[in-house]
Amino acid sequence: MSTPAQHSIETRDLNLWYGDFQALKGISVCIPRGQITGLIGPSGCGKTTLLRCFNRINERYGDVRTTGEIDVLGQNIYAPEVSLIELRKAVGMVFQRPNPLPISVYENVIFGIRVHSERKNLKKSDLDEAVEKALSEVGLWEDLKDRLNVRATSLQLEQQQKLCIARLLPLKPDIILMDEPCSALDVEATLHIEDLMLTLAGRYTIVIVTHNMAQARRVSHECSFMLMGEMVETARTQDLFLTPRDARTADYIEGRYG
Amino acid sequence: MFEISAHTRRKRRAELLARGIFLSMTLLMVLPLLLILGFLIWKALPILSLDFILDNPSKGMRAGGIWSPLLGSIYLVFISLVIATPIGVLAAVYLNEYARESWFTRVVNLAVVNLAGVPSIVHALFGLGAFVLFMHIGKSILAASMTLAIMTMPVIIASTKEALASVPISFREACWNVGATRWQTIRHVVLPNSISGILTGVILQVSRAAGETAPIMFTGAVFFKAIEEGNLFAYGLFDQCMTLSMHLFTISTQVPDVPDALPYGTAVVLLGMVLLVNAVAIVLRVYLRSRKKW
Ligand SMILES: Nc1ncnc2c1ncn2[C@@H]1O[C@H](COP(=O)(O)OP(=O)(O)OP(=O)(O)O)[C@@H](O)[C@H]1O
Ligand SMILES: [Mg+2]
Repeated sequence: MSTPAQHSIETRDLNLWYGDFQALKGISVCIPRGQITGLIGPSGCGKTTLLRCFNRINERYGDVRTTGEIDVLGQNIYAPEVSLIELRKAVGMVFQRPNPLPISVYENVIFGIRVHSERKNLKKSDLDEAVEKALSEVGLWEDLKDRLNVRATSLQLEQQQKLCIARLLPLKPDIILMDEPCSALDVEATLHIEDLMLTLAGRYTIVIVTHNMAQARRVSHECSFMLMGEMVETARTQDLFLTPRDARTADYIEGRYG
Repeated sequence: MFEISAHTRRKRRAELLARGIFLSMTLLMVLPLLLILGFLIWKALPILSLDFILDNPSKGMRAGGIWSPLLGSIYLVFISLVIATPIGVLAAVYLNEYARESWFTRVVNLAVVNLAGVPSIVHALFGLGAFVLFMHIGKSILAASMTLAIMTMPVIIASTKEALASVPISFREACWNVGATRWQTIRHVVLPNSISGILTGVILQVSRAAGETAPIMFTGAVFFKAIEEGNLFAYGLFDQCMTLSMHLFTISTQVPDVPDALPYGTAVVLLGMVLLVNAVAIVLRVYLRSRKKW
C-alpha cells in the first residue's frame, strides 16, 4: 500500500456469479474513508453479496466467480500478493443474527488474536488489556467486566451484537461491514447500536446494509441504492432521500416496492 | 363463561389419547430391553466370576471361561477402530469442510451412503479376497481388523459428516471474518462443537464391530485357540483369534451338551463390554462439553 487513498473501498465494474446466476452487475462504487455508508435495496438485490466481496469472503460460499476490480485502501485485493488473512483482519464483518461463539465473553474478544498468534507469544496481561480496550470501545466494559467468563451465547442480544463488533477490534480493522446488524434487535437496542456506530465512525469506515429506511437516514453519511444486482444511485444521504435522481430510487424510498 | 365446549372436550380426549399412545410405545420399547437384560443376567448369574473372564475355554468348550475370545474381541474392535476412525473422520472433514460440490464429491458421497448399507458378509468376502489372499496377510487379527475397519468406515464418515453439518454456518462465518484459515476454523470452532456427535458415531461402531461374526469368520477368527491366561498381549497381529460373538455362536449351536449358563455368561460379557465403552464415551462427552475447548 502506497499513498493513503481517500476512498476506503472502490470497485470498478464488479460482476459476480453464483454458478450461472449473476448476482452483481457492473457495480462501480466508492466508499469514503471514516464515514458510514448505507446500502439499501429490496430483498435479494445483492447487498449481502456486495458486502462479502469487500473481504473476499464470498469465495468460501461455494461456486462463486467474480470479474472487475476492488481496491481496499488503495490496494487491489485481487492482486496475487494480497493475503486473504491480512485482508480479512483489516475488513471485518458483523451479521444479521449476532453470532458469538459458544465460549466465554473473554475468549470471544481475543478469538482473533488467538487465531493469529503463537500461543507462547501471548501474554495474559496483553490479552486482558485487549479485552478491556475492545469492550470499552463498544460500551460493554462496565456491564461485563465482572462477567467475562460467562458464556457469550447467554448474553442479551444487544450485548451479543456489541460483542461481535468488539471481537473485530483487537485486529485493528480499518473497515467494518455490517449486514443488517439491528434486524434481530428491538427498538431500544437498535438505537444503542446506532449510537455505537456513530461513535465508531471516523476511526473506522463502516458500511451498513439495512432494510430500515429510517435507520439509513439516521446513521449514514452516504447512501447507495441497489436493485437486482445493479447499483442504481449513490449520494449524500439527505440528497438521496430528499432529491433522488433516479425514478426507481424515488419509488423505493417511498415504499412503492421492496 | 369459559365453559368447556363439546368440541374442546373432544380435542382434550384426543390429546390424552395421543399422549397415552406415545407413552405406551416408549414403554413397549424399553420393556423388552430390560426383560432381555434381566433374563440374560439371571441365566448367567451362576457362572459369572472373575475366573470366568480370566480362564480359557476348556473341555471342548463345555467348561472354563472366555479369556481367549474376550481378548480376541478387544483386539479386533480396538485395532479396527484405530484404523477406521482417523481415516473416516478426516475424510468426513474433507468432504464437509473443504470439498466443493462437484461430480467427484457427489460420487464419493453416493459411495459412502451405499457402502454403509452393504451387508457384512460382502465385506467378509472382500476382506478374504483383498487382505487374506491378495495382500498375503493370511487369516489373522490384522486381516480381520482391516475387514471390520472397511465395514465401519463408511458409517463413521456418514455420522461424522452429519455431526459437522450440524455446526451452524454462523460459527464458521464468525471465524472466517477474523481472517481464520479453513484449518483454524475447523480446529477452533467446528471440531470442538461437533466432537460429541463424532464420538457417538464412532462408539456406535464399537458395538457393531464387536457383534459381527460374518466378516471375521473368513478373515481371522477361529473356533478354538487357547492363549496365555491373564496376559493382555497374548495375541500377535498375525495370529488368528477367538472372538466373543463367534464363540457364542459356536457354543450355542455347534457344540452339544454345553451347560446352560455358559452362552448366557458369554452374552453378558459381550454386552458388558459394549456398555462399558458406551459409558466411557458418555463420560468423555460430558467432560468435553464442560470444557468446550481443548
Ligand atoms: N451462496 C449462494 N449461492 C447461490 N445464490 C446465492 C447465494 N447467496 C445469495 N444468492 C442469491 O444471490 C442474490 C442476492 O443475494 P443477497 O443475499 O446478496 O441479497 P440481499 O440483498 O442481501 O438480500 P436480503 O435483503 O434478503 O438479505 C439472491 O437472489 C440470492 O438468492
Ligand atoms: Mg442480505
